Amino acid sequence: MVEVHLWSGLRSLTGGCQVVEVNASTTGEILRELVRAHPQLQAPIDAGVSIAIDGRVISSGLTEPVPDGSEVYLMQRLRGG
Amino acid sequence: MALDDRKSEFSFVGTRPNRPDGLDKVTGRAKFGADITAPGMLHGAILRSPHAHARIVKIDTSKAEAHKDVKAVITRADFAEVPFRPGLEGEFWNVLENVMAGEKALYDGHAVAAVAATTALAARDALKLIAVDYEVLPHVTDVDKAMAPDAPVIRDGAADYSVPAGMHPNVVRYHESGHGDVEAGFAEADLVIEDSFATEATHQGYIEPHACLGAMGSDGKGELWCTTQGHWIAQKTCAALLGIETSQLRVTASEIGGGFGGKTTVFIEPVALALSRKANRPVKIVMTRSEVFRATGPTASASMDVKIGMKKDGTIAAAQGVFRLQGGAFPGAPGDMTAMCAFAPYNLSNVRQIGYDVMSNRPKQAAYRAPGAPMGAFAVESVIDELCKKLGLDPIEVRLKNAAHEGTRASYGPRFERIGLVETLEAAKAHPHYAAPLKPGQGRGISCGFWFNHGGETSVSLALSEDGSAQLMVGTPDVGGSRASMALMAAEVLGIPYENIRVTIADTATLGYNDVSHGSRVTYASGLATIEAARHAVEKLCERAASKWDIPVEAVKWDNGCAVPSGPNAGTFEPLPLADITAEMGATGGPISGHFEATPEGAGVSFGTHIVDAEVDPETGKTSIIRYTVIQDAGKAIHPTYVEGQYQGGAAQGIGWALNEEYIYGDDGRLQNSIFLDYRIPVASDLPMIDTVIVEVPNPGHPFGVRGVGETGIVPPLAAIANAVSHAAGVRMRQLPMSPPRILAALKDNG
Amino acid sequence: MSKLHVSTTVNGDAVEYLCDPRETLLDCLRDKLNLTGSKEGCGTGDCGACSVTVDGRLICSCLMLGAEAEGKEIETVEGIADGDVLHPLQKKMIEYAALQCGICTPGILVAAKSLLEKNPDPSEEETRYWLAGNLCRCTGYDKIIRAVMDTAADLREAS
Repeated sequence: MVEVHLWSGLRSLTGGCQVVEVNASTTGEILRELVRAHPQLQAPIDAGVSIAIDGRVISSGLTEPVPDGSEVYLMQRLRGG
Repeated sequence: MALDDRKSEFSFVGTRPNRPDGLDKVTGRAKFGADITAPGMLHGAILRSPHAHARIVKIDTSKAEAHKDVKAVITRADFAEVPFRPGLEGEFWNVLENVMAGEKALYDGHAVAAVAATTALAARDALKLIAVDYEVLPHVTDVDKAMAPDAPVIRDGAADYSVPAGMHPNVVRYHESGHGDVEAGFAEADLVIEDSFATEATHQGYIEPHACLGAMGSDGKGELWCTTQGHWIAQKTCAALLGIETSQLRVTASEIGGGFGGKTTVFIEPVALALSRKANRPVKIVMTRSEVFRATGPTASASMDVKIGMKKDGTIAAAQGVFRLQGGAFPGAPGDMTAMCAFAPYNLSNVRQIGYDVMSNRPKQAAYRAPGAPMGAFAVESVIDELCKKLGLDPIEVRLKNAAHEGTRASYGPRFERIGLVETLEAAKAHPHYAAPLKPGQGRGISCGFWFNHGGETSVSLALSEDGSAQLMVGTPDVGGSRASMALMAAEVLGIPYENIRVTIADTATLGYNDVSHGSRVTYASGLATIEAARHAVEKLCERAASKWDIPVEAVKWDNGCAVPSGPNAGTFEPLPLADITAEMGATGGPISGHFEATPEGAGVSFGTHIVDAEVDPETGKTSIIRYTVIQDAGKAIHPTYVEGQYQGGAAQGIGWALNEEYIYGDDGRLQNSIFLDYRIPVASDLPMIDTVIVEVPNPGHPFGVRGVGETGIVPPLAAIANAVSHAAGVRMRQLPMSPPRILAALKDNG
Repeated sequence: MSKLHVSTTVNGDAVEYLCDPRETLLDCLRDKLNLTGSKEGCGTGDCGACSVTVDGRLICSCLMLGAEAEGKEIETVEGIADGDVLHPLQKKMIEYAALQCGICTPGILVAAKSLLEKNPDPSEEETRYWLAGNLCRCTGYDKIIRAVMDTAADLREAS
């Protein structure tokens, strides 16, 4: 199980919840499980998110492994110039 | 550790050879966007709205079509139907609407129709024959006014899921993040300062206007040549806007005359292709400078409120920021990035940040070097400077006290991996510049800056030739010498001379997908891919040697350009040079190439610290930059001279943004300064030499430790200069640019 | 509108072209003579990317009409190197990495060459003011100024 920390702006979509516990071993599974727990999270995920695993920012990959007990943060998708 | 103190474990990386495209660029031979022609080529020109906001009632193209030199006229009807979605989900629709207006013209300069004619002059003349009936609508170009309840609505339904109920429809995206309890933090602070700041939109100001040549046949196949930071995104977007298959359009990137984020999307490319499809001939379009200013992507303008509480010892107790960014008539202003970057340099227990993406009647903003970060840094670092001043604290000591380091919870959420902010601050403190005396009328400013950096989809292919030379194909347009860096990294792995490697920016038909040259990703991601592709080729070289020697491949290693036997049972063989293996490769298993295709996910964030001295003339309000020092973490500098170049260029652009550059709109919503005479970017006589210190704290996500360096350099200058000017003038400057009239007004207000 | 016939000399070669009275010298160099080394960055004489010399005088070729070139001696970036031997300024620009994208480089080279012909020992300030008409957005000018001044020093030593 991993705890996924959301950015506070998403609380309106999760009934005030800012940390969601999901059963996932990859970044893709995290997103799938987040939507299963809180269907309204589909919108921000469609708009683009990145996932930080123990500080390493995964900008788009869905196959990155997520070790049990990792510190996981959902972030808005990064863009560059 | 500063670069010069460090002994290198590399042979090629860290050296400073001449760039491979140097000769072409000093002789005029290099082919940029506008330097191409094709047999039978027509010239395109685009009719643009003179109104900031207007309903397009009718477009009559009949007179233009009847002109003898005109071969095609197009409007929105000549493009594909693309679905509309809110926010950034419908980005193809947003780009199409920007490329050619639909029901409404949304800003001064918005394209409404285009013609192709036998000469450029005839095309320009023919635009005057197109009659457009406009119903002029109320407009808004200011971010705060665009959020007000009575503001004209740019487009209903553009707001995405994130926008709280009750906001004006022009607010299209909302971001809120942070941690801790800011109110409790402010209560613990000895001094709390809350202040408001504003920055104007600036343009990337690349010297090469957008230019392209498009050719579409009746067989649905197309060719496009264009100046771009990313030809695969151009391919994908043009295909979607024209309704053709992506793979049927081949896009070749020309040499690019500057981009800085502004060439990460398309403007004229789909128009040239649509004209070509209609005329059945190649069509070339070259923008004028005025078109570049009016109708490509400047950066966002910003209005910001920042509140920071500090203890007497310099500890930041709490920090809060509200960042409102205006990005033109489409979603995309990077209010979320501004919010996430603003406090990122600091280790904060209590932090809260809010970002708004607001639409107005201006051109669609495009990325500009660390998009969103410089504005936020301007506001935050100005308040920190004011706190230091009021509490009598040294600005570098305070930043060191609060600096983020490995393990710090970032203001945007996760904990930092190994980062180099503290090292840049220590280098700043130790730099002679920081201790140098100032003259009366001069002030010194300090600022830190942060940017995320990016990885992105990357494909690289490396092919060895029989004579032992190598050709390397990368897909990221070379915006500042990256071919040299790629060749250095390939030379390092292969162990052959830098000069024996030819690096080409491949077109979309000859290499797999590549993300744009943006996000400071090229030396990181294409570099990583180059290293991996070269390693892949080395594996094959070792296999051939093992086979020749009849020993297991595990018993062969690659050393200094040769296969050598390794290990107890390998046997004794003379080192086998790369060229000896490739000479026989056709008969020993076939051509030897290396490939790498992946999305590297370890870009590594980047920090910098800038020191600047400014002098303000109280008579004229003019500011002179007396001395400038950039200190930034490069992870590992592959070609240090080009790293310095990135630092110097970022600082120079920041100086322009801070002191001179701004989009000026009249009451009629028209851009008032659409040429370089009126939109004045820094010239040689405006600037001093710009000193650089390359700090190297290796990025764990890159084989050689590289962190991108292209963008972070523009984050600190706005604040560093504002702090220097505020000290020199004796009055806090809260609005950019700090042009002479603004400084005179501030001096006057201050008595 | 009928076209004008122009005979002129570019980089020592006698050339002829037909041009519309509205076309600039820059248009003619690029579109009639295929000398695309001179660049159009602004079309208003503000950026210097189209710098050439006409009878020895440094000008923006976007501000001169093609028709006005009749009988003139024009030098462009394509004429700076002597065959396959680069001009010292060209070598130094590469060596100093005084270019990133390279779009301003032709104009900078033409202008800097013109400076050194008039003033073989320019101060940093003189160099900066002479090149103030040539915009560069990539480099912050630091390496350009150093390359020009170092070339001047080399040329003084050699003469």
